[in-house]
Amino acid sequence: MRLRLWSRRQEHEAELDEELRSHLAMAVQDRLERGETLAEAEAAARREFGNVGLVKEVTREMWGWMWIAQLLQDIRYGLRSLRRGPGFTAVAVLTLAIGIGASTAIFSAVNPILFKPLPYPQAARVMMIWDFGDDGTNLYPTFGTYRELAERSRSFDALAVMRPWQPTRTGMAEPERLDGQRVSANYFRVLGVPPVLGRDFDSSEDQINGPRVVILSDGLWRRHYGGDNRIIGQEITLNDNLYTVIGVLPSTFENLLAPAAELWTPLQYDQSLPSEGREWGHHLRMVGRLRSGVGIEQASQELNMIARSPVPEFSRPAHAALERGLSINSLQDDMTGGVKPALLAILGAVLLVLLIACVNVMNLLLARGARRRGEFAMRAALGATRARLIRQLLTESLLLALIGGALGMVVAMFGVDALVALSPAGLPRVNAIGVDGAVFAFAFGITTLVGVLVGLVPAMHASRGDLRTGLQQSSQRTAGGHQLTRRTLVVAEVALALVLLVSAGLLLRSMQHLFAIDPGFDTSHLLTMQVQTSGQRFDEDTTHRFFAQSLEAVLHVPGVTAAAFTSQLPLSGDLEDGYGVHFESSPTGNPEADNAAFRYAVTPGYFEAMGIPLRRGRLLDARDVADAPVAVLISESLAKSKFPGQDPIGQRLRIGPSDGPWATIVGVVGDVKQTSLVVSQPDAVYITTAQWQLFVDRALWLIVRARGNTAALTPAIRQAIWSVDKDQPIIRVATMDDLLAASAAERRFALILFEVFGIVALALAATGIYGVLSGSVAERTREIGVRLALGASRGQILALVFSQGIKLTGLGVVIGLVGAVAASQTIITLLYGVSRLDPITYLGVITLLMGVSVIACWVPAWRAARVDPSITLRAE
Amino acid sequence: MPKKSTYQNKIELLQGTLDLLVLQTLQWGPQHGYGISQAIQTNSGEVLQVDTGSLYPALHRLERQKAISSEWKISEHNQRVKVYHLTANGKKQLANELSRWEQLSEAINRALNPPQKESEA
Repeated sequence: MRLRLWSRRQEHEAELDEELRSHLAMAVQDRLERGETLAEAEAAARREFGNVGLVKEVTREMWGWMWIAQLLQDIRYGLRSLRRGPGFTAVAVLTLAIGIGASTAIFSAVNPILFKPLPYPQAARVMMIWDFGDDGTNLYPTFGTYRELAERSRSFDALAVMRPWQPTRTGMAEPERLDGQRVSANYFRVLGVPPVLGRDFDSSEDQINGPRVVILSDGLWRRHYGGDNRIIGQEITLNDNLYTVIGVLPSTFENLLAPAAELWTPLQYDQSLPSEGREWGHHLRMVGRLRSGVGIEQASQELNMIARSPVPEFSRPAHAALERGLSINSLQDDMTGGVKPALLAILGAVLLVLLIACVNVMNLLLARGARRRGEFAMRAALGATRARLIRQLLTESLLLALIGGALGMVVAMFGVDALVALSPAGLPRVNAIGVDGAVFAFAFGITTLVGVLVGLVPAMHASRGDLRTGLQQSSQRTAGGHQLTRRTLVVAEVALALVLLVSAGLLLRSMQHLFAIDPGFDTSHLLTMQVQTSGQRFDEDTTHRFFAQSLEAVLHVPGVTAAAFTSQLPLSGDLEDGYGVHFESSPTGNPEADNAAFRYAVTPGYFEAMGIPLRRGRLLDARDVADAPVAVLISESLAKSKFPGQDPIGQRLRIGPSDGPWATIVGVVGDVKQTSLVVSQPDAVYITTAQWQLFVDRALWLIVRARGNTAALTPAIRQAIWSVDKDQPIIRVATMDDLLAASAAERRFALILFEVFGIVALALAATGIYGVLSGSVAERTREIGVRLALGASRGQILALVFSQGIKLTGLGVVIGLVGAVAASQTIITLLYGVSRLDPITYLGVITLLMGVSVIACWVPAWRAARVDPSITLRAE
Repeated sequence: MPKKSTYQNKIELLQGTLDLLVLQTLQWGPQHGYGISQAIQTNSGEVLQVDTGSLYPALHRLERQKAISSEWKISEHNQRVKVYHLTANGKKQLANELSRWEQLSEAINRALNPPQKESEA
């Protein structure tokens, strides 16, 4: 096709050429016949004819298929011109590849989380419904509230509640703890994903003491049951009970509400809502599918109307009276709300990097355009119109962008892998991150945009003004307009880099502050894991015995120096809600007004193993057995707030219900960070597992302090526990240092990205300064020669170039500061312990930028100072 | 003195009329580009000067529209020249454009000399 087009075009060209030549020849002939001399006739005919090239050009445009030929010509010409400047091409393509690649990678991560609809039919209709706590934050709804809404609300096609369920698959060589959910019968109808094999839950199965049925995920079904269709109707053993498999979900199903869950069983709460039962505990999550045509506003109004108007059929206890109404928001917002600020900040940062990359390439193109003025003037003289020249230059910049974009896709593919590897645990939908159609469209879109954006200004510049002067003058001396544009661009680059670097600096300082926090215990050489008892053969006594024997076995493992069990582990990321702690000395005497504190049921030895210091009194020890007087320790903060200036030892308190036993405070221990390093909520109460009588903790955290490599001890510790009972699962093994790092993962994620972007921005800004200064020095060689000849010292020349560079940087810094102050507002939720106007960060970044710009100035300045006036002056 | 940058404006300005003039000239017989420009110049009493930058695009456009077609011939000076002639299509187009031109010039005349004045007078 191209060849045929090409030969047809050649033919047309030759004919046009001949046609015009014959026109001229005939005109000359006529004039000769009128008696003019040959020279006169030829000159007059030419003058009358006008510009042959231009006549050809406008005539050619009448050939319909010309634009393709012109485009091919432009592309060929563009490629040739890019090949002629390999250095320029390499730098420009690499710069664009980094910019386009980085933004594409970030977009591919952000898109499924923030923008793409969730993987359910009409996903926008899936809503989360929350109760309100006293402090106005979201509170888990109760089963009672769910029952009332299911009966009274008309806004939903289906409502469901769920809670985590971790059954143990027993009867095999090693017990396996599975992640699952207990759900009300409508759960999969709310999500809109029915089982692909077997059937969904029936509401008759979601009754107290209902049948034991289970639905499996595709993954679990394939892993354990070989993907065999006959699994439907079979029985499997979970927690020593037999469950009938009734369904298998499709492989495409993504359970966003509990991504690790692999099996589901009906909730089976008591529909009669006994007032003292778990039916009124705030521990369920509620999800609903809006009826078609019902908006979120409308649903919210209806829910609040129901909340305000209790009916006798659904009498509510005081703690679930819904006095503050109910909150509803889409599942997507609910899931992404937490990470949204960080992701948007990162997206903003990468777009800044892209912008800097564009500015840099624009600068390169301007410099190149200045060197090519002679060429453009020649082409204009040969008949190229201005539009044609601009089109040619735009083709070149688009070619650059396309090559850069193609390379950028490679960068993006690696970038996405790195992002997924780096991503914090709390990031939803990580498995959906990848390069897909939307990502390709995005990359192609920004590539085209970048190509036009980057090429337009230089193209206008190059084709502007009277091009004939360009032909007459040597291009060396045409400074002026484009230098101003280039300087403006460098100032912009410095400003943008400063914005990025300040943000990176603030995050870095936050991280320093974060890791300087004393968690209140010794985190090194500490191994943690959760041990559970499961199955019916464990009653209270056997559970206690199992944990006691396990602890004994673990203490005998070589290398272990101390070990203990605790019901909760600080910084593990999931602590139960605080318990109301009522002090006998409390003046109010009203249990409702007591502060909540975290409750730790621990084995004696916990404080020694954790390294929590004793402040007063004694630690818990072997004395504190079940039938001894109940002894508790309180944290320092609690002691200070409840017993200011008094001795708390010997005072009494009560944990939990108002009819519980009194416990005597026997000691005060140091505060520890509990929910996370950044949250100061140090109130804690410690009691031995033996004396904790409210219920039995079936899952306890084992903490082991050891010599040397703690993680390497894991198999030996596991074996020690399984030597006591081989059917008990051990999960979530991690060193305390791992947990510490995980608690800061989101900030670290943002920090690493900002640091990378900041460094790239810095490098690009430095090359920008360098490029402009070397261009300016090259153009002013003659002027510098004159100055030297007139007696300027080399030092003065050096200072001349330096001051030019520093002025540009300085101006960029001033403008960038304004931007940085504004931008720091967007990352404020990621900062810790540092003001967004932290002077140290700002000063540090300014120093860094100035330092780098001095280095970038150095080479051009040095070159200027070495100018030999006798050579430069003679050169022209 | 011809100005390069105004060629394109002139094409647009003369577009309809230049096509008409070219077709009308070719009605008398096949002719090459130079001959057409000379004929228009002479027939208009040296008033209309046809820019080559307008003429050749017009010829090539009309050829694409199949109003005229071309062939290469040897001139009296023994030179290869490209000669254009009207096609059947072109004759129809000429008739159309002529009647359109008459309507246009009549309308413009009438607009310049409003009829009310005549009736009142």
